[in-house]
Amino acid sequence: MKKQEVYNITFGGVGGQGIITASELLGWAALYDGCSVKKSEVHGMSQRGGSVESHVRFGRKVYSPLIGLGQADFLLCFHPDEHPRLKPFLRKGGTDLMPYLEKVQQIADNPRAVNTGLMGVLAAFLPIRPDSWERAMQKVFKPSILEVNRRMFSNAMALVK
Amino acid sequence: MARKPALEKAFLSGNEALARGAWQAGLKVACAYPGTPSTEILETLAAFPEVDVQWSVNEKTAYEVAYAAAVGGVRALFACKHVGLNVAMDPLMTSAYTGVNAGFVAVVCDDPQMHSSQNEQDTRWAGIYAKLPILEPSSPSEAIDLIQQAFEISEQYDTPVIVRMTTRISHSKEDVAIGPRKEVPIRSLQRDMRKYVMVPANARIRHEILEKRLVKLKALSERSRLNRIEMNSTSLGFITDSVAYLYLKEVYPDASYLKLGFLYPFCDEKIKKFARSVKRLMVVEELDPFIEEHVKSLGISKVQGRHPSYRLGELDQDLVRSLVAGKPKKVKPRPGRAPRLCAGCPHWSVFSVLKKLDVFVAGDIGCYTLGSLPPTSALHTCLCMGAGVTFNEGLRRAHPEEKIVGLVGDSTFVHAGIPGLINAAYNKSKGVIFILDNSTTAMTGGQPHPATGKTIRREPTKRLDLKAVCQACGADFVDVIDPQGRVKDLEELVQQRLAADALSVIIVQHPCVLLK
Repeated sequence: MKKQEVYNITFGGVGGQGIITASELLGWAALYDGCSVKKSEVHGMSQRGGSVESHVRFGRKVYSPLIGLGQADFLLCFHPDEHPRLKPFLRKGGTDLMPYLEKVQQIADNPRAVNTGLMGVLAAFLPIRPDSWERAMQKVFKPSILEVNRRMFSNAMALVK
Repeated sequence: MARKPALEKAFLSGNEALARGAWQAGLKVACAYPGTPSTEILETLAAFPEVDVQWSVNEKTAYEVAYAAAVGGVRALFACKHVGLNVAMDPLMTSAYTGVNAGFVAVVCDDPQMHSSQNEQDTRWAGIYAKLPILEPSSPSEAIDLIQQAFEISEQYDTPVIVRMTTRISHSKEDVAIGPRKEVPIRSLQRDMRKYVMVPANARIRHEILEKRLVKLKALSERSRLNRIEMNSTSLGFITDSVAYLYLKEVYPDASYLKLGFLYPFCDEKIKKFARSVKRLMVVEELDPFIEEHVKSLGISKVQGRHPSYRLGELDQDLVRSLVAGKPKKVKPRPGRAPRLCAGCPHWSVFSVLKKLDVFVAGDIGCYTLGSLPPTSALHTCLCMGAGVTFNEGLRRAHPEEKIVGLVGDSTFVHAGIPGLINAAYNKSKGVIFILDNSTTAMTGGQPHPATGKTIRREPTKRLDLKAVCQACGADFVDVIDPQGRVKDLEELVQQRLAADALSVIIVQHPCVLLK
């Protein structure tokens, strides 16, 4: 992949799927990698089963906390029902990681680790160093669930050929 | 990719950055009532042992306790959502007269787009109305510096300071440079009656002081670096504030900017100077034309405002593009899932009973407002905190023969429902008030309140007894029932109380299923 000024990643799904945690992980990884990073989502009623959408942007200098329509380099959709709603964010030639959702679900022993799995898939496409991801995981996950998430992350990363 | 050293950096939301900045500024006391999007400010502060933090009963109480701490001599902070400020307006308006001793900052988080609110009011007007300075960050990294300046300004000019945020800034995260805490000496308690006793004779003098203070604050606004001119191409210039600045920078990196961070009092000379230096001048802001109308009032005729459709909702970079092109606001609907009461929430059963009995339900703010959505569709009003109780009375005064009930959550009842219940008893009103008691402030993420017996730090404290309160207020019957597996009993109880010529309270008690 060509290195670019700013990377735009749109996350979406339904409340309770760990989308906020996943985007948090990417935010810290980009920060530890020395980037300027912004993340935006609205939480409030999302815990009551509403749609959840999170935007992460990182690079040299980021202004807007939001990604415009047709501007996302990657789309991570956690629920097939939400896909049509989120698709307009993806830019021409952007990467839709939807095909990986089922594959990640198949290798996950625990449905709660699917979000980390999708982040492993995303990591395979991004120029963020492995040690930055490792530090981010240590920051975001409690020690009791760190190892299971670490394993999920690397197993899912290996799905990307 | 550019690699900068990541030392002393944290990934913070606007609310977390603001809390961190206040802590760095030596904050000693912080009070709030939970309210999206402001809640995380106090939750972040609760992690700092140096700060005395509390969930207060409501915003009026929170404002008074925090403000009094500042009058006492320590730096203090009050935080609320936009509609929360309405509840605190009484102390706010006169605290502008009495001023401070140590620094006092009121943080108000507006909710353009109404992601989680009942209205879209624009707190920037409070600056004019209350005659208080308003500072506004555009991002978390601005928030951490700006809140520290706010405490300095508060002390130097002897005034409360309002810091205005929006949902997008409160809830977006950014890499933020963090620093250590600076302790501030505690000031002595002042017995200054002419300053702090607002009887007419003293208040008249204080009003004059307030007007003179505003003139000085205007001079400060003129020289403040929070109001920043960025000269680039002179063919297009923007006057802007808040997060709108960032959307514009994304789309128009070559334009010139007057970025307002010290919003009120306005920096008129800077505005005029900037207006002269650009060919095309536009004001871009979210919600009301607050800046636009002021710029026009300065006689700057070339300024281009927004189409009125932009008074509604948020902006983003796509909308900023169409705004600048002079087109009306058009948002393609992207239908998402609507929120609803959680699967397994035992309070569903109340709404199914009320639907079956076909009664008119006066509702309130909280999870229970979701009872108005399908499949239950059994909640017919929702105005503001506590109105579930008072609407039962008012609607009955219009239609004494109708089957009407009131419904309120436990936290909301404590916040603003108790005076309404006393009012109903005192004025001989009848009917059934439901308190759906899930033992938390659920909609904002599960904060404790007086009836939970836990403080913000989850320490045990005196527990408010809801049943005893309702009895003391004058309710004829107060029943407590757990609805889990007892829908039939609940229905019978409701029918019995509805048939009685009495003022009844039914406390439907079952903890929120999301509570850990």
